[in-house]
Amino acid sequence: MSSGQDAKLFARGKVAELRLELNSSGGKKDKNFSSKKIALKKIVANMTMSNNDMVALFPDIVGVMGTQSLEIKKMCFLYLVNYARTKPEIALKALPILLNDLEDSNPLMRALALRTLSYVHVKQYVENTVQPLKGLLQDSDPYVRKTAAFCVAKLYDHDRHLVESSDLIDRLNKMLRDENPTVVSSALASLMDIWERSESIKLTIDYASASKIVQILPDCSEWGQTYILEALTSYVPQDTSEAALLADRITPRLSHTNSAVVLTCIRVILYLMNYIESEKTIALLCTKLSPPLVTLLSKGPEIQYLALRNALLILQRRPEVLRNDIRVFFCKYNDPIYVKVTKLELIFMLASEKNIREVLTELREYATEIDVHFVRKSVRAIGKLAIKIEPAAKLCIASLLELVATKVSYIVQEATVVIKNIFRKYPNQYESIISTLCENLDSLDEPEAKAAMIWVIGQYADRIENSEVLLEDFLDGWADETHDVQLALLTATVKLFIQRPGKGQDLVPKVLKWATEDTDNPDLRDRGYMYWRLLSRNPAAAKGIVMGEKPAITAESEKLDPGTLEEMCLVVGTLATVYLKPVHTVFRSARARKLQDSPALQKERLPSWQAAQQAKLLTERQLAGGQQQQQQQYPANGPTTNGGGGRNADALEEADALFASMGGQNMASLMNDGFAVSPTHATHGEQSQMYIVNQGQGLGTMRPMTHAAEEGEGDLLSF
Amino acid sequence: MLSGILLFNQKGELLILRAFRQDMRPRLADVFRIQVISNAQIRSPILTLGSTTFSHIKSDNIYVVGVSKGNVNSALVFEFLYKLVSLGKSYFGRFDEEAVKSNFVMVYELLDEVLDFGYPQNTETETLKMYITTEGAVKSELRALEDSSKITMQATGALSWRRDNIKYRKNEAFVDVIEDVNLLVSATGTVLRADVNGSIEMRAYLTGTPECKFGLNDRLTLGENGADTSLGGAIGNIGGNKASKAAAGSVTLEDVSLHQCVKLSNFTNDRTISFIPPDGSFQLMTYRATENVNLPFKVHAIVNEVGKSKVDFSIAIRANYGSKLFATNVVVKIPTPLNTANTTHRTSQGKAKYEPSENAIVWKIARFTGQSEFVLSAEAELSAMTQHKAWSRPPLSMQFSLLMFTSSGLLVRYLKVFEKSNYSSVKWVRYMTRAGSYEIRF
Repeated sequence: MSSGQDAKLFARGKVAELRLELNSSGGKKDKNFSSKKIALKKIVANMTMSNNDMVALFPDIVGVMGTQSLEIKKMCFLYLVNYARTKPEIALKALPILLNDLEDSNPLMRALALRTLSYVHVKQYVENTVQPLKGLLQDSDPYVRKTAAFCVAKLYDHDRHLVESSDLIDRLNKMLRDENPTVVSSALASLMDIWERSESIKLTIDYASASKIVQILPDCSEWGQTYILEALTSYVPQDTSEAALLADRITPRLSHTNSAVVLTCIRVILYLMNYIESEKTIALLCTKLSPPLVTLLSKGPEIQYLALRNALLILQRRPEVLRNDIRVFFCKYNDPIYVKVTKLELIFMLASEKNIREVLTELREYATEIDVHFVRKSVRAIGKLAIKIEPAAKLCIASLLELVATKVSYIVQEATVVIKNIFRKYPNQYESIISTLCENLDSLDEPEAKAAMIWVIGQYADRIENSEVLLEDFLDGWADETHDVQLALLTATVKLFIQRPGKGQDLVPKVLKWATEDTDNPDLRDRGYMYWRLLSRNPAAAKGIVMGEKPAITAESEKLDPGTLEEMCLVVGTLATVYLKPVHTVFRSARARKLQDSPALQKERLPSWQAAQQAKLLTERQLAGGQQQQQQQYPANGPTTNGGGGRNADALEEADALFASMGGQNMASLMNDGFAVSPTHATHGEQSQMYIVNQGQGLGTMRPMTHAAEEGEGDLLSF
Repeated sequence: MLSGILLFNQKGELLILRAFRQDMRPRLADVFRIQVISNAQIRSPILTLGSTTFSHIKSDNIYVVGVSKGNVNSALVFEFLYKLVSLGKSYFGRFDEEAVKSNFVMVYELLDEVLDFGYPQNTETETLKMYITTEGAVKSELRALEDSSKITMQATGALSWRRDNIKYRKNEAFVDVIEDVNLLVSATGTVLRADVNGSIEMRAYLTGTPECKFGLNDRLTLGENGADTSLGGAIGNIGGNKASKAAAGSVTLEDVSLHQCVKLSNFTNDRTISFIPPDGSFQLMTYRATENVNLPFKVHAIVNEVGKSKVDFSIAIRANYGSKLFATNVVVKIPTPLNTANTTHRTSQGKAKYEPSENAIVWKIARFTGQSEFVLSAEAELSAMTQHKAWSRPPLSMQFSLLMFTSSGLLVRYLKVFEKSNYSSVKWVRYMTRAGSYEIRF
């Protein structure tokens, strides 16, 4: 309809001129109303440029709306949809024209009128649509029917009470039995849309209907297939063989070229797996999920990104998917950065003792690329691998030292941070590299790297010959440092004093004074006082606490907790999976999805159920062993007569109270000093377990502790 | 689903704004302009602010943005945006700022048709062109009245990709097998990854409603370890799998995706590809292969940094395909350090040139015959730098296209056309292998 040369019309115009043009008849020769069309095009262009003066033309537009030209009508409708809300009283004048068009003999016209009518957010429009809509839902033409189906969801968006008080939703439901596949998929999409926005509506699909809509899948457009697959997650299998059968029937969709169909199909299969009993069937389905996921990597970068984020998710729920595919995630040199970073995360997750050499070669390559952000993550990944794969620690450290030798400042700093974690994970094994780190002290200018280095100096004060000199160098800049570095300095100084009292005795009072008197940071002050009191009251206990055994760290802490993981697998392919965060934290108003219980649900295999069991076991063990633990922890304090009343417990309670008053961030640094060692940590040091305990039951005073662990480790280990 | 669609030019001027839901406010266009277009820090195609998400792609010099609220199906959004671009291309020849500006009313019309309440509707170009045309209003209006019920059947029917009553005097079908071969070789010469992304493009000029059947290699295995065997068909392969891989005429495809028109259930059952094709050109299938990839070129690169002032390159490239074949438009890009001042080079074939803007020596060989080997030796002089920074050594990359060769070994055995009028048809098959990301580290 347009001539393809409208660029010149794309310019700002004046209302008066346009009005004149619009109302000019254009002479007798102008049978096609071409002057009107040009005027309208100019108006549409101005509308796009948000030239709000165009509102003034509303009455004139309504005037031309009746012209016998589809092209003019369409442009007028576009105008109407845009401005009706600002001038409802004028918009009303157009209502009879639209209502009249609903009865047009041309189905395309009827559909167009209905579509336009239902876009207008004006009360009378909405009210006047309900009655004709009922007729149009049963129109003889499928194109009109599918438009009518969507119209119900649109009306619901305008005025939900109006729709709920009518029988429109029931009528929409009946359309699921329509003979035309497009109408069925449209009706489903419309119902899902309504469901999403209202808690009062339940959407249940029984096996017969699920089976029927799966049957029409091949006859639907790619979008229709997606809507149908999305709806299938509302089907709750009552029987495990039903779930298996349905999953098998939709697997052909995995070969579809549209990635929305593929990812939504993966979502449904993952969902159905929860209801399938046979492990063999599940394993078979898993092998079918891998290839299509990898194939998505040959799509556009945006889809690649989405596929990769979802791979991160699926891998946690079903590790057997993608198990052998690490090479396909190696970065191409010209991948966009968001793709590269996600690939890096996947490489980290898939790395194992078997492929570690290959992975390290690859990561070292990335660490010399140009993008600083990506390089840092690569270095960090190497360090994390050392922690994740114990037998490979040595290899990883060798790689890190190679990178440190490049002397590129940001590489050195990043390496320092991860090496600190390696020391924590493997005490007394790799300390020989401390000297290499000390050579590069001058290149550290970021707080995190400084804090890491200071931690190393403090922790190994007795092994580093000139530790007090190094520390003093850092202390010179005390006033200019961030709080994190100051906290690290405070603790390191105390550690130095405890290990080499002779060297530290000048420094400690000075630093304690700074920390308690010259600062306005409450965490720093609190910690300062705590050390002060500890050192003055009981130096032996101070040693036991400050230099005590540290809780173990793992590299797995960025894994989603079981409940979230389950929920996320129900929304594969959606935006929340890009952020890998629970849906309601990203989109507050989104309706939550949950696995519905049924006789077929394999509860014992759900991550959340397993986690709860583990947590239960853990608490039982704690209750049994907790008292004893306390005694073993601080023998320096002498025997305690009873677990609850001794000095030891008092100190702990005091400490607990302190922790509870602190924010997670600073707690984390406390944790790193091994200061916060509590009975629970000492017994079941594994972080992932701790995490689960919290998730499962949120145990009173333990809460801030675990929270700290999560925050702290998350911070230093997550990408 | 989508609340609205926005199109911007490079400068951030709004070209199209179409709202599909009430929550789409014009103000959001400014938000996107400020937060994404004028923000150099943004590196992700998805940005969520509050409950509003902007998903964008770029097509030539325009931003195509989908605005949504809530946790929508992101795959659907991006697939739709891709589709919108390809729709624009098939309507206007290309989809850039000029094309959009010259056809903005038409773009609005298309948007109104392909999205309803933000849900993608029928997006088949074939159907849309029946009632949304560039040919001027008169015709489309007449048609709309006459054929409208036919159009609506088409737009909602099971065969939305093909219209009725197509007639050709000469019935022809062209099949292009196009493979992009990806390679990544480490500095030590080990192949880190080698895979093929293939596609079968078809141009069908066939009368009526033809049913086509498509046959590939006799031995076609799908999936890594014959996982699909349980579904019948390839059961016999499970034992002989390893052996048959190397056998001539066999091909192992990791995965395939098929066009909307292919009957997927048939394919799952017995691996036959049967379909009623759309009229004109379309992509029948795409596939991926990682087993037995034949690499057309072997590259041997020696790069030495001599002190801080010079780098020596010695690159040898050997063609691994039959001597009767030849590759065309072979371009080898050899990265040089950022502080390269001058280069000298000698080649045994083709021309080499230093491109300062790309920081690379570009070596072009117009025709590369099979089994031959060409070498380039070059020297880059470096200018002194105050701060010495290690050279990151980006990988060497290659471009080429090679006719009548498939890296995966895929062959088209037959294409049968059944139609009730039983006409005879002519079929043409062509193979081409191109470089995807063909990278060699050194």
